[in-house]
Amino acid sequence: MAESTMKPPRKTLGPIAWMRQHLFSTWYNSLLTLLVGYLIVTSVGPLLNWVFLDANFKGSEPGDCTGAGACWLFVSQRLNFFIYGFYPDELQWRVDVMFLLLAVAFVPQFIERFPGRKWLGLFGITGLPIIGYFLVPGGLLGLEPVETTKWGGLMLTLILAYIGILASLPIGILLALGRRSDMPIIRGLCVVFIEVWRAVPLITVLFMASVMLPLFLPEGMNFEKLLRALIGITLWQSAYMAEVIRGGLQAIPRGQYEAASALGLGYWKKMGLIILPQALKLVIPGIVNTFISLFKDTTLVLIIGLFDVLGTVQSTVTDPAWQNVAVEGYVFVAFCFWIFCFGISRYSQNLERKLDTGHKT
Amino acid sequence: MFKARSFAAGAALVISTLASSHAFAASTLDAVKEKGHLQCGVTNGLPGFSQPDQDGNWTGIDVDTCRAVAAAVFGDAKAVEFTPLTAKERFTALQSGEIDMLSRNTTWTLTRDASLGLNFAGVNYYDGQGFLINKGIGVDDATQLSGATICIQSGTTTELNLSDYFRAKGMDFKPIVFDTSEQTVQGFSAGRCDVLTSDRSQLAALRSKLADPDSAKILPNTISKEPLGPVVRQGDDQWFNIVKWVLSVQINAEELGVTSANVDDMLKSDNPSIQRLLGTDGDMGSKLGLQEDFGYEVIKNVGNYGEMYARNVGPDTPLGLDRGINALWTDGGILYAPPVR
Repeated sequence: MAESTMKPPRKTLGPIAWMRQHLFSTWYNSLLTLLVGYLIVTSVGPLLNWVFLDANFKGSEPGDCTGAGACWLFVSQRLNFFIYGFYPDELQWRVDVMFLLLAVAFVPQFIERFPGRKWLGLFGITGLPIIGYFLVPGGLLGLEPVETTKWGGLMLTLILAYIGILASLPIGILLALGRRSDMPIIRGLCVVFIEVWRAVPLITVLFMASVMLPLFLPEGMNFEKLLRALIGITLWQSAYMAEVIRGGLQAIPRGQYEAASALGLGYWKKMGLIILPQALKLVIPGIVNTFISLFKDTTLVLIIGLFDVLGTVQSTVTDPAWQNVAVEGYVFVAFCFWIFCFGISRYSQNLERKLDTGHKT
Repeated sequence: MFKARSFAAGAALVISTLASSHAFAASTLDAVKEKGHLQCGVTNGLPGFSQPDQDGNWTGIDVDTCRAVAAAVFGDAKAVEFTPLTAKERFTALQSGEIDMLSRNTTWTLTRDASLGLNFAGVNYYDGQGFLINKGIGVDDATQLSGATICIQSGTTTELNLSDYFRAKGMDFKPIVFDTSEQTVQGFSAGRCDVLTSDRSQLAALRSKLADPDSAKILPNTISKEPLGPVVRQGDDQWFNIVKWVLSVQINAEELGVTSANVDDMLKSDNPSIQRLLGTDGDMGSKLGLQEDFGYEVIKNVGNYGEMYARNVGPDTPLGLDRGINALWTDGGILYAPPVR
């Protein structure tokens, strides 16, 4: 009895012990701890000062940026432009509705017990793009049309990324299945498609789409630059997606294929019910990786004169009325991208945990 | 260098062949009227020439040149949509019919005029390449720059002009090449080079971006000619004339003292030149296929050349550029428009 009431030695408990064990266990760990501590103290302080304490938040003109820190006025004054591009002010509610629907569809996916979140997610990949197709460009149902040349900013980035992601996954699945098909013509076509698109840099694809393609089209047939860029991005991305999914397909043991056939399932049922659910689950990290890289690659549309969020910032930081606001602008862009990419990444981790059936070793 | 040039020439040949195979049968004017707006190609952000402002409206002297044409065609300076274009895309966009006119800070050169299937419709800004130097190096003239390290933006004619100039003078220099103008300024500001070279119209704005603008000055030398102006497709003379004469009307209006403020009073003027300009007399408009009062609409909606200059690049703007050679010929500049008669 007396033994159980005795406290453990002080050296093995409490913060001091924790520090001894984790931070100062050996002389070189102690040295590293001190070094990192020094770096944190010297860099975080000035950074906080720049971002918050000395930063300028109030006012409306370049002259109001008197503090030594960041001039966030530049961002807040231009926020409308950074988010909507040239989309007319009085019609921006249409984009706001889409932002809201996007949040309604996908934010609940992070909350395990949210009622009906499956249906919201389903809406996000079916209803949402359809509503967006009518709402954002307008022209139907009495909505005033807004040309794609007026789209820009964060809204354009999201449209490019969303459609690219949504379209490249099914196309990628089909290409991956095609590449593993027994039919030589289908297999050949898929191999050629994948190898051609994967071997070309996205910049080249965008350049071809925006600079060369119009020259080959008959006169009068002129489809929009945004559409051309979107098709280019989607095809390019689906080639990558196909290879990621093929990796998953190859990881499924032969026995699964044979068992499915033994059950008398046809090709599509075999793939849809047995093989793909397992294969896709295996390659979630790869798929999400591709999504994130696509999200960031959308900034390349800058070089064909489309104003994504980076483009809008870059075109305004040269404004001579504002002094040295480039850093603030780029920090804002980085923050936008971080939020979305981090969100995608967290969601995929969620999904992996949920779908884990204990087969992992 | 030689290879790059012959490649560029080859590419230009291919593009021009392709472009000329497009027969633009329909007149641009009719197409523009049918669309209800003018589609105009501009830069994707160059202070004073074309840049989106706080509210996302395009502003700049190139933008106003487009608005003037829209005012001439529709009587409405807002009947214009802008397509931001990169330097590489600009000519294709025009050739393919994606835009109706290009007003994108484009230098008029023989090669472009003769081999790309395009026509330059005039000059709305006479620019030239100049130098911004660190006062510390104690140089007053570009001829003393031998051996200097020079910050340049890559892929521009600036680079070629610079090496041409230094070779002609028998001097040498160390180039430090950057991708964007923002980086170029940062490089100069950080002391990586003593000299920064760019179009003179941009030097003042770049200087104002320095942490200490007083530490740098602009040299008086101009080492190249950069006449910038609107461009149209070759083969539609009516449209070419419209763009050319809208600009001429603006320059003539300044010469005659007609401004957007006094244009309504000027309608009652007895001066026959002003009467022809504003369409109260003669049939100048219908000769171009426009309304007779197109000149009035241009001046009323956009203003004369002087107003356009003062609003976008003049001394009261952040660019703070004096008229210099862009003044009227009567004021010691070289701006000289043919008469409206």
